[in-house]
Order: sequence, then C-alpha cells, then structure tokens
Amino acid sequence: MAILELEHVSVSYDGQRHAVDDVSFSVEEGEIISLVGESGSGKSTLLHCMQGLLPKSAAARGKITLFGENMLELSEDRRRRMRGEQVAMIFQDTGRYMNPIARVGKQFTGYLKLHLDKSREELLELERQMLEKVHLYDVDRVLHSYPFELSGGMRQRVGIAIALSLHPRLLLADEPTSALDVTVQAQVVKELVQLCREECATIILVTHNMGVAAHISDKIGVMQNGKLVEWGSARDVIRHPQEAYTKSLLSAIVELDDEQFLCR
Amino acid sequence: MNQELLKLDQVSKTFRNDKGHAIQAVKEVSFRVMRGHSIGIVGESGCGKSTLARLITGLTPLDAGEILLEGNRICGLSGKAQRQVYRQIQMVFQDPYSAISPRMPVGTFLTEGLVHFGMISRKEAGKEAERLLQMVDLEPQLSQRLPHQLSGGQLQRVVIARAISIHPKLVILDEATSALDVSVQEQILELLVRLQKEYALTYLFIGHDLAVVRSITEEILVMKNGAIVEKLPAKTLVRDAREDYTKQLLSAVFSVREFQEP
Repeated sequence: MAILELEHVSVSYDGQRHAVDDVSFSVEEGEIISLVGESGSGKSTLLHCMQGLLPKSAAARGKITLFGENMLELSEDRRRRMRGEQVAMIFQDTGRYMNPIARVGKQFTGYLKLHLDKSREELLELERQMLEKVHLYDVDRVLHSYPFELSGGMRQRVGIAIALSLHPRLLLADEPTSALDVTVQAQVVKELVQLCREECATIILVTHNMGVAAHISDKIGVMQNGKLVEWGSARDVIRHPQEAYTKSLLSAIVELDDEQFLCR
Repeated sequence: MNQELLKLDQVSKTFRNDKGHAIQAVKEVSFRVMRGHSIGIVGESGCGKSTLARLITGLTPLDAGEILLEGNRICGLSGKAQRQVYRQIQMVFQDPYSAISPRMPVGTFLTEGLVHFGMISRKEAGKEAERLLQMVDLEPQLSQRLPHQLSGGQLQRVVIARAISIHPKLVILDEATSALDVSVQEQILELLVRLQKEYALTYLFIGHDLAVVRSITEEILVMKNGAIVEKLPAKTLVRDAREDYTKQLLSAVFSVREFQEP
C-alpha cells in the first residue's frame, strides 16, 4: 500500500525558478528510498515540503498525500500532531537542532511528554531503551550531557533515538551521516537501517553519497535541477542507469580500485 | 627529481585545555616527501592530520622534533624567516568561502601573494589575475567578481591558483575537495594532477576519503590518535594494508562498483 504519494509537486522560493519541478512518485510501506543528487538539485527542499517544513516565502503546488492526508493543505495543528508519531525527521547535525544549554535528557523527556501521557519513570525507561538500541550504553552520562559534550557520532545517534522513540511509520532523513567520519558513518547507516527494518518503518533518505544509497535502498530517485530525472529499483539505477546524468554521477565517484588520476 | 624536499623528524605537539589536561595531538611523527611527489595523509576527525599540516606551515609552533625543507630547519622561526617559509609552503583548505574576504574581488585575492612578495607590481596585477584564472580553466572576466558570485568549485579553483601563483615548493591540501559535489571533485582532482605536472609541484594531500586520497598520491600515511600507524604505497593500498585500523577504514567505504558488477 502506498503511504506517500507525490503528484506533480513543484516548489518555488522566489516565484520564478523552481527548486522542485513537477516531481511525482509513490512510496510503499516499509520501503527504503534514497533521493540522490548534487548540491542545489532540490532533494532537501522536496524532503522538507513532505512534512510542511518549508519557509513561508516558499510556494508549493501539486499534491502530497501522506497517510491519506493532503500535506500541502493540512492545518499546522494537524500537521504538528502527525509529527513524531507518524512522521519523524533527522538532520545532518542533530546537535545544531538541539538546545545548547539544556541537557540531552531534559530535551528527550520534553519531546516524549508532548506526545505521551506517562510518568517520569516510564519516560526515562523508554529513553534508556532507545539509547541502548542506538548503541549508546553509557545512558546516564549521555542523558546528563549537554549536546556539545557528545561527539558528532553520539549526537547523531541521540537524534536517531529521539526520532524513532515514538515508532514513527515514516522517517525522513536529510544527510544523516554526511558530517560523520567514514567508520562512524558506516556503523550509523547500518544501525539506522536495521532499526527501521525491525519496526517496518519507511525511510526516505536524502544523500549525496551514491555508495550509501546503493547499499541500503530498495529504490533510488536521482534529482537534477529540481527534476526527478531517474526513478527505479536501486539495482536498476546503479547497474543500468538510463539517464546520462545518472551515468555521469556514477562515473564521477572515486573508487579504491580505480586507475589513479596520477597515471591517467 | 629524486631529491628530498620535506623531512619531519620525531615531530610532536601537545595541547592543554583550560583545566590543564594534556592532549597529545601529534606523536613523534617522522616521514619524508620527495620533490615532485604527492603524499597522502588519511585519518578520522581528531587524529591530528590538520594539526600536522599547521605544524609544517608554521601556523602552530611544535613542541619537539624537527621539520626540514630542503635540509633547512623551518620550525621555530619568526619574522622575516617565517614569512619566507610561507612563500615556499602554501595551503588550500576545505571551504574556499572562508579563505577569501567576502568583499574582496577575486582578481585582487588571486594576486595578493604575488604583490606582497614583490614578484609583480600592482600595475601588472590585473593581467596576471586573468592569466591565473585561465591557468585553472576559468573565464578571465571572473576577475572582477566577488566570492559569493562564484560556485564552490569555481572558488576552490581560484584558491588553488593563488596558492600556486607564488611558485611554492610544497602545497598542502587539507580536505580540499571534501565539500564539493562528486562531479566537481573529479574536475578539481584532474586539475591538481595537471598543475602538478606543469609546475613540478609537491603535494601533501590530507583527507578522510581513502579512495580520493589514493587517486592522486603515490604514498599514503594512515594516522590515528596523533601517530602514523602505517605507510602504504597508494596504488596497492587495499592489497598491502596490514594494520587493523587501516582495514577498518577500507571496509567502511561504501563502494558503488561492487553493485555494478554481477
């Protein structure tokens, strides 16, 4: 069953050029989708407009149906209630979206309290469980830390733990591992996918890293200048790209067994 | 060509935070770079690779050890002697927008070094800026533009052109292509290799992406916690890696190719 459907979605920030230009696709429950493309291709704008996070100056047209609701016409109040329990989002640097002068535990509890009617002890227990799921075992220290006291990888894991704590059916992830070191990136990507598979959650991942997209996705969408130029199963897009742009993106990736530039 | 350009001998640097805790950022690092070669340094955040670059340029003073350029000590200098080192070693960083004043025209930025070291007069600067832009495949007209009017890839070309303009002996590239899109990164890597051949440059290429660093270097040093854990020939990096840490870095690369080949 399609849980998300985009029909002829266009977004413009200045009323003239389109940051997103006539994009249509649908997403089935439990799928992992990657949107890839270069800077300025509109992939983040598209992800933001799925959750109604566009600035007021932006104008979106078309239709986005998420769990049966038309997201572009939904009231802010209804949209807010969807966030967290049905749709959650993680960003490139979770630390930047957290309050720098409040401890992680306080922020985590604050988020849960908005949605759940549970006692302090029950909320704390849920926080513990979630942090352990993202392999942060020193739970007390993490909860008592300020965001800046944690490493980038730890902060990103906290972000994932918070986002998944209400068991959202759809996770929107905007470059969630791009700011991390390569080895940490590999771990966090794998954990994220495993957690979502366990919960049967759907993921839409925005990334510029074709390698990450190839490894984890069921389907890949390639964006260029606001248009969705290619859409298909990950296997087809990587193995048999149809568009010249997709081919050029794939060939620009430097691999460990490439002939060196030095020798060309 | 087979001369030693740069030599580091047991170089160490310790920082202290405000509570007095010592952090040894660089631990007894020794290596040599031959003239005309390019050496890569890979490692993760906090491994000390950028501190090492700052020690070589003299931007950060070292605690122990020696750094020699063509056999001459270049550490612990000051004043005029230090400025001569700046002329011989140039650096290119990750974010070109932070390397240039937002209100300075690109042409002025490009020729600042040449004018400063008295290699050209101010009158010649305009023509020289246009020549430098062409050297890195940019339109000469960009000379009048401000940084925000250029793309990240274009501006990184400008930064590279400025670094090379004063004929340095060594160019240190610290994550110089990390912020760029893959297609732009590929073009910049090609540019770097062309310039190296044309101007007989020596590169120290610092990065976290093993595949990228490998693509333009002859030898790779793997750094962890301030120390060099392994030195490997770039070409046979995958085959020759022995250290667990190097293998861990290699296995963390998400390859696209393995999906393309049946």
